Amino acid sequence: MKRVLTATALLMATTGLATAEGVLQLYNWGNYTSPEMLAKFEAETGIKVTVTDYDSNDTALAKIEAGGSGFDLVVPSANYVLIFMDKGLTVPLDLARLPNHVNIAPEWRDVAWDPGRANSIPWQWGTVGVAVDTAIYSGDINTSAIWLEVPDELKGKLNVVPEMTDIVTLATLYYGGEPCSEDLEVLKKVRDGLLAAKPDWIAMDYGATEKMSNKDWAASVNWNGSSMRIRTALPTVAYGYPKEGYTLWMDSVMLLKDAQNVDEAYAFMDFILKPENAGLISNFARYANGVAGSEAFMDPEMATAPEVVIPEEFKANGVFMPVCSEKSREYMTAIWTELLK
Amino acid sequence: MAERAFHVARLPGFATTAVIVFVALYLPIVTLVAYSFNASTSLAVWGGFSLDWYAKAWANDQVKDATVRSLIIAGFAALISTTVATMAALGTTRRRAFKGQTFVYVMINQPLMVPEIVTAVALMILFGIVKQATGLQGLGYIILAHAAFCIPFAYLPIRARLEGMDLTLETAAADLYASPWQAFRRVTLPLLLPGIMAGAMLAFVISLDDVVITEFVKSGGQDTLPTYMLGQMRRQLTPEINAVSTMLLGVTVVLLTAFFLLTRKKT
Amino acid sequence: MSPAEEHQIKASARAGWLLSAPALVLLAVAAAGPLLIVVVYSFLTPGQHGNVVWDFSTAGWVGILWSRDIFTEEWVLADAHLTIFWRSVSLSLMTTAFAFLVGFPTAWFIATRPPQQRAMWLFLITIPFWTNLLIRTYAINEVLRKEGLMNTVLIGLGITDTPIEVLYTQTAIFIGMTYVYLPLMVLPLFAAIDRFDMKLLEAAYDLYASRWRVLRRVILPIVKPGIVAGSILVFVPSLGAYVTPRVLGGGKQMMIGNFIELQFLQGKNWPLGAALSMVLLIIVMVALLVYVRFANKGSSHG
Repeated sequence: MKRVLTATALLMATTGLATAEGVLQLYNWGNYTSPEMLAKFEAETGIKVTVTDYDSNDTALAKIEAGGSGFDLVVPSANYVLIFMDKGLTVPLDLARLPNHVNIAPEWRDVAWDPGRANSIPWQWGTVGVAVDTAIYSGDINTSAIWLEVPDELKGKLNVVPEMTDIVTLATLYYGGEPCSEDLEVLKKVRDGLLAAKPDWIAMDYGATEKMSNKDWAASVNWNGSSMRIRTALPTVAYGYPKEGYTLWMDSVMLLKDAQNVDEAYAFMDFILKPENAGLISNFARYANGVAGSEAFMDPEMATAPEVVIPEEFKANGVFMPVCSEKSREYMTAIWTELLK
Repeated sequence: MAERAFHVARLPGFATTAVIVFVALYLPIVTLVAYSFNASTSLAVWGGFSLDWYAKAWANDQVKDATVRSLIIAGFAALISTTVATMAALGTTRRRAFKGQTFVYVMINQPLMVPEIVTAVALMILFGIVKQATGLQGLGYIILAHAAFCIPFAYLPIRARLEGMDLTLETAAADLYASPWQAFRRVTLPLLLPGIMAGAMLAFVISLDDVVITEFVKSGGQDTLPTYMLGQMRRQLTPEINAVSTMLLGVTVVLLTAFFLLTRKKT
Repeated sequence: MSPAEEHQIKASARAGWLLSAPALVLLAVAAAGPLLIVVVYSFLTPGQHGNVVWDFSTAGWVGILWSRDIFTEEWVLADAHLTIFWRSVSLSLMTTAFAFLVGFPTAWFIATRPPQQRAMWLFLITIPFWTNLLIRTYAINEVLRKEGLMNTVLIGLGITDTPIEVLYTQTAIFIGMTYVYLPLMVLPLFAAIDRFDMKLLEAAYDLYASRWRVLRRVILPIVKPGIVAGSILVFVPSLGAYVTPRVLGGGKQMMIGNFIELQFLQGKNWPLGAALSMVLLIIVMVALLVYVRFANKGSSHG
């Protein structure tokens, strides 16, 4: 009995382990946070940041909604920012504590999903397209036909990243619809098209950065920054901008309502709003960011990379994911669930 | 009787199959360990011997955190489950079977029977509710979950040891006017100790290795070594995982060897 | 029975319960108890973005086999669900069968080693058994990859020219599960064969039985409890496998375990996930009951 009691006491003590001084719990996309930036942050402020990974907006939402997650900051995509806000999972930012808030680039300051940036600050932004190993397939890669009507060379070798809103939107654009469509005819084509193409895909998984570099996959619907990193490892890989329409996304940092380390969270957010630190973030994952003046601190190859700087001829085809209506989100979820099975 | 150059127990092809099986079982693990010493980043091409990945793993803060956390959880879980299992073993062995003893058996062995994913989901829901209601964080939840499913693993070796123990020594103690508590402390417990330690070691290994339940129950920043590795497996495929795996493997082998030595039947 | 004896028996029973109590409490809180919550959740309504709304609904259970077509709004048989169930059951059965085919000779081999060697062989088979599931799955992943050991050997031996892409297919999961759960088949088989009286073999051979007949008519029936135990020990974890299909299947080859997880993440249907968990549990319980019946039948024959 005595042993049990002492053990229980020790257990209670370890309860405090998670909430020690000077720590920050960042819940972010996998392979998306620059270790260099974190080290610099710790050196300057003494705050130790622990990053926990998630693969998709839905996972993050589910985990945080389940409650008691213990995170302070989360980095959802634009269309999920509103969902987090609606569900009361995050709190508005106290702009007085973020002097560097003014550094936010003008084009990213008054976005439809967070006017004036009162609830979120920019992390990185990019596009979703197709990364293809041109050694295996040498045809036109600037089309969604690559993954919706898979060419023979890529059958059984192409991955589709399981990110619901991007995939369903890309497919909707391919079949002639508008994003957030509620047109049942178009949606039916989307559903049927996706289901028909699925057998030709090798996987619906994350990790393209590694798996394409390792040649496990020959192609993948993928984010641009990740594709640039693949190209660095495997030069034959090129990034395609689907001409039927490709999506633009932005991930932003939000403060969670039940955050335990609020002071540290503000310190972190202010830190990454400085151009030199935003530059560090971009250099790691190879995406552009929303802080003015950070270009000066980004690696020179990013200034000319086709993955980061959208080529003129494709600029018009990019579509920023708007905030969809309840009904259209329901449709998307239903199609997606069917596809995932 | 005709001379039989024929071993009764020999069945054709069995020995070959068995050897192939052993090789097949070890080859992937040996390859994994071997590649942890690979100097090149690639997981296929051998680039020369190097301890770089071990150095990287040691320097990796997340690995260090996860390892420490795994050890703390396993330590507490083994402590709790072994204590509790010892008591349960004493209560259910070497005495007349009491009514409802089967129920006790079923409960104790229940973690072995229920698929891990089901328990994981159940605990995720339960702990989620508790965490929201009380706001309490901490490793306690994971330790609790581990302690529970480690109970059968601690229980079985202790019970086996208890059943094999010679009752006469305790009877002798009683004859010498020892009180039940004294007899327990001075005679039973020391004799039982190898069984208890074997049970504790098994519980420790099982807790150290758990993936599924921990994955579902953990909160922010509460990665254990296996959950960290699971996350890495879906993205970062560098030999650093090999190094981490080899180290974890090493710990398991050491503990297992100790377990084997402790439970060796003295013929 | 004298009152004194009765009293002693009662005291003994009370001591038994008291000593078992801490274990029972811990298990009730963190193992068996939570299962009841899952049952409750399976009868609730899914929330908008995951979690549940506390309204009674059988949608969770209905959703196991039927789903509503988004466009026609009618209830149809959920083919996709059936595919996942079928995949899980067939893969688990294949894994069990194959594990038995290679596991039995292995167990026989260990059991027929000279006694001094036997401990060493047992130790050798135990190490993979206790090695972390994740490590073993990763090890197999490395072997099966396009540039992994398997392909290197096959190409080196000239059996194929181009690498065979096995990863992310059902075959990969099958190989992975067999590799991971094989020791679970060998150990109970070994225990049963260990108890087998070799003299019976001598008697059979004296009666001019062929080796095959001896195997079929003498050995297998007697070690049947071991076969059943090993099969259960492989089938049950295979059915509920989560890590192996996730790592080797690439997200497309879901088994029941992954499908359950999906309901708690992107699927946003906790009641369905809960109902599926219950179904899995029921299948497992049935398998165990079958085992118990078989085991008892076996022992009654002596």
